[in-house]
Amino acid sequence: MNARLINWFKFSSPATFYPLAGKMVPIFTLLAVVLIGVGLYMSFFVAPTDYKQGEGYRIIFVHVPAAWMSMFIYLIMAFWAGLGLVFNTRLSGMMTRALAPTGAIFAFLALWTGAFWGKPMWGTWWVWDARLTSELILLFLYLGYLALQGSIDDTRRADRAGALLVLVGVVNIPIIYYSVQWWNTLHQGATISMDNGSKMGVTMLWTMLIMALGFWAYTIAVALARVRSIILEREADTTWVSELAEVRR
Amino acid sequence: MFSAFKTLVGRDLLLAMRRRSDLFTTLFFFVIVVSLFPLGIGPELNTLRLIAPGVFWVAALLASMLALERLFAIDYEDGALEQMLLAPQPLFILVLAKVTAHWLVTGLPLVLMAPLLGLQYDMATDALMAMVISLLLGTPALSLIGAIGAALTLGLRGGGVLVSLLVLPLYIPVLIFGSGAVEATASGLGGQGHLSMLGAILVLSLLFAPIASSAALRISAE
Amino acid sequence: MLEVSGLACVRGDRKLFSDLSFSLAGGELLHLHGHNGSGKTTLMRTLCGLIKESEGEIHWNGESIHSLDEDFTRDVVYIGHKNGIKDDLTGVENLRVCTALDGYPITESQAWDALEKMGLRGHEDLPSRVLSQGQKRRVALARLLVNRAKLWILDEPFTALDVAAVDFLQSIIRSHIEAGGMVILTTHQEVKITKEQVKELQLGWKEAGHV
Repeated sequence: MNARLINWFKFSSPATFYPLAGKMVPIFTLLAVVLIGVGLYMSFFVAPTDYKQGEGYRIIFVHVPAAWMSMFIYLIMAFWAGLGLVFNTRLSGMMTRALAPTGAIFAFLALWTGAFWGKPMWGTWWVWDARLTSELILLFLYLGYLALQGSIDDTRRADRAGALLVLVGVVNIPIIYYSVQWWNTLHQGATISMDNGSKMGVTMLWTMLIMALGFWAYTIAVALARVRSIILEREADTTWVSELAEVRR
Repeated sequence: MFSAFKTLVGRDLLLAMRRRSDLFTTLFFFVIVVSLFPLGIGPELNTLRLIAPGVFWVAALLASMLALERLFAIDYEDGALEQMLLAPQPLFILVLAKVTAHWLVTGLPLVLMAPLLGLQYDMATDALMAMVISLLLGTPALSLIGAIGAALTLGLRGGGVLVSLLVLPLYIPVLIFGSGAVEATASGLGGQGHLSMLGAILVLSLLFAPIASSAALRISAE
Repeated sequence: MLEVSGLACVRGDRKLFSDLSFSLAGGELLHLHGHNGSGKTTLMRTLCGLIKESEGEIHWNGESIHSLDEDFTRDVVYIGHKNGIKDDLTGVENLRVCTALDGYPITESQAWDALEKMGLRGHEDLPSRVLSQGQKRRVALARLLVNRAKLWILDEPFTALDVAAVDFLQSIIRSHIEAGGMVILTTHQEVKITKEQVKELQLGWKEAGHV
């Protein structure tokens, strides 16, 4: 992780980052396919049936890592946003932009699988549980960022306004999470604890970790691929882009 | 610095006085939304008393959000914003002045109107008190937080809808503690805890929101 | 002393100008030329700090304008395409608000005076909404009479003005220059000032039949 960050600092110019990202995309794609493949196999065939929740619980192997990722990605976006605002580097805006759709997808996936899990567990698709609600608000924050980015034509303004919004969001996340939890405990009636008694076995933990790593690899691969096309789009007028083999063809 | 603050607040209040129709739109919106709920839900007083905190707070939220669009937009169009950015004053002071005037014009009337409307919902006196206090603490916070969104969406097409998408998630804590305070008071639990949380949110947004809004204005006015 | 070195500006994905360097000392006027869209307005907005430059540096008395911040904006008055006056305020109110925000509040009689000099006698107390374009411009330009800023950045100051007002504005600019001030302006009019005091800067390509 650390080594990669240092690399990104060094390769902060789009012209040098573009080919590097091009080399990394296939590696991380392969990693993602293998890890998610192994993870899915383990979650369906290796992990034991839960004595309390039956087979339906297996969806948490997607649900939990997706929820983790949706939060991590927002933090990483905030990191890039801060970097972009302070050092005025073009690449950070592009990275923030490239990560956002993936984060939104993970937030949506977490909510969707949560609903699928909730139906057999709690007998209802949606519960105003503190975590579900926070996740929903996180999805709104992602959508707000994407909407703001999409409606500004000037890329520099779009990047900087988006970065500011992400930073404001990240400051607010703890407050939102805390207030939602407070609200949730106040309305005891609807509260259903997420971890109702199932002790996590070692196999389950490993499965979840592998899935999470797979999602990481997927995120990196997709974000890099997306950042490559953003670079091409924005730097279309420059000479280095017109000299690229794939552009000349 | 303080005289600039006073000048700008004075100017905006004067402008509001000369355009009184603008002044009342937000208030009317609040009144209408609050009065619509009994028509949709039914006149059962027990139900109304139960939903009153939520209805009032959601209505206040929407009203404050609607008013945001005008916060910087007119200054942006006639060039007064440019001059604000170039004034030799700390920008966050000027933003604070804009928000203060904006709240006095759009937020305060709504706070004063709330107890009257509360009677429609058959709310008890202490609940009404809690409502006024919570709105008094909460609506300035809404204006302050909303200013960030208004500044970010300055001059964009579809700015109004966009602002709601950006700002509503950030409004959630205020909504929760605001309506929570009224609810807790109505059910006899006492709303002090919620009110102090609201106060804390107000202080935090007083400290940080003007700075974030200033940064947003500089980005948007380029 | 305003010094600009290696300035570049990008709007959208288009590079408007790059590697622009010049300096301006007290008692000098910089006349910007360039076809429409060559970046005159962008340059002026960059110079007064509204737009952050993409590359290069702008120094005011040897220090970057961004680190000087308020100490720089105090020395500058910018009048752009937009007049920056409120339609619902009278000329006097507009002028007084403007100057108060600029840090040197003026009295009501000073404001009346300035507006009268700008040829707005009898219109000082009307809401700006009822004034004509030229009159609104005059209200905005009245700031020049009362301010103490050293550097004036004027974007097309003569638009919408009639002959008399143009002459008057020219004389104000001239006396500001003679008093050791600096002016940066764009205009399609000839500026009637002795040639030694005028610097010319051409942005973009030269148009046929133009200076």
